[in-house]
Amino acid sequence: MTEGKKALLVMGCPEVPVQMSIVLYLSHKLCKAGYDVTVAGTDAAVKLLKVSDPESYYVQKTVDLDQLIADIVEKKTDFDLCFTFMHSDAGMTYGATFSAISRARLYAVVFGKNAEELAKTIDYPAEKIVAKATHNPNPLKNKIYKVVL
Amino acid sequence: MSCIEQMKYKLYLERTSFKDAREYIEKNSEEVYYVDPGYKIFKDYYIIGVPPVAMGVRGKEMLFTYVKPCHGTFVMGIDSEEEIARLRQREEEKIKASLKKGGPKAKAEPAPSSFSDIWKK
Repeated sequence: MTEGKKALLVMGCPEVPVQMSIVLYLSHKLCKAGYDVTVAGTDAAVKLLKVSDPESYYVQKTVDLDQLIADIVEKKTDFDLCFTFMHSDAGMTYGATFSAISRARLYAVVFGKNAEELAKTIDYPAEKIVAKATHNPNPLKNKIYKVVL
Repeated sequence: MSCIEQMKYKLYLERTSFKDAREYIEKNSEEVYYVDPGYKIFKDYYIIGVPPVAMGVRGKEMLFTYVKPCHGTFVMGIDSEEEIARLRQREEEKIKASLKKGGPKAKAEPAPSSFSDIWKK
């Protein structure tokens, strides 16, 4: 039963193209599965998302990343599932933060040129979804499909 | 944008990895304290990091990590006696709590007087 369950998608730096398409795809799939989905990101990442989905068809709720962290730490909100998108050390560091502050089941979605090396640095409890993808979202999409959907 | 970016700060490392930033703080501080991710400093900054997150004290300056998704990790220094006092107080409370948890020490057993006593055990 996923009815009423909350899922969070945490976007990293939006410079790698596959991130936005996978965020839209995963949000859509989770919504169809009954999850209440929220997408968090920096100002730039949220702007990219809103331009890509102007009528909020795939993503209904967005939130500023720093504000979200404050709200979770202050126990104003939390989630059942959390997908943190990462292709850099900073993204991995944000993943560690969510692992520490949230009770959500954590998925580390690792992509980009150095996906395998980056995935090795994750030593906190998270299910790793790893694909060396930058422009072609299909390898990452297939892995997500196998693990989650 | 966090209030930290509007404060008077010094940058000691820029656009580095979190691991290197932590090592810098550990090597270049007079005192080092460890906090969990989400520890709040100043008005509205919640520390982002991989535990254990090091916070340093050097004179009146507090050294800490500041992470930005597109720019990596920075080591920042801000003069704040208030934040330093809070770190020290928190450490004191942690020590007091761990001493309480340990309770009175278990009765020490007498030392074995011969090899056969050790063997019996």
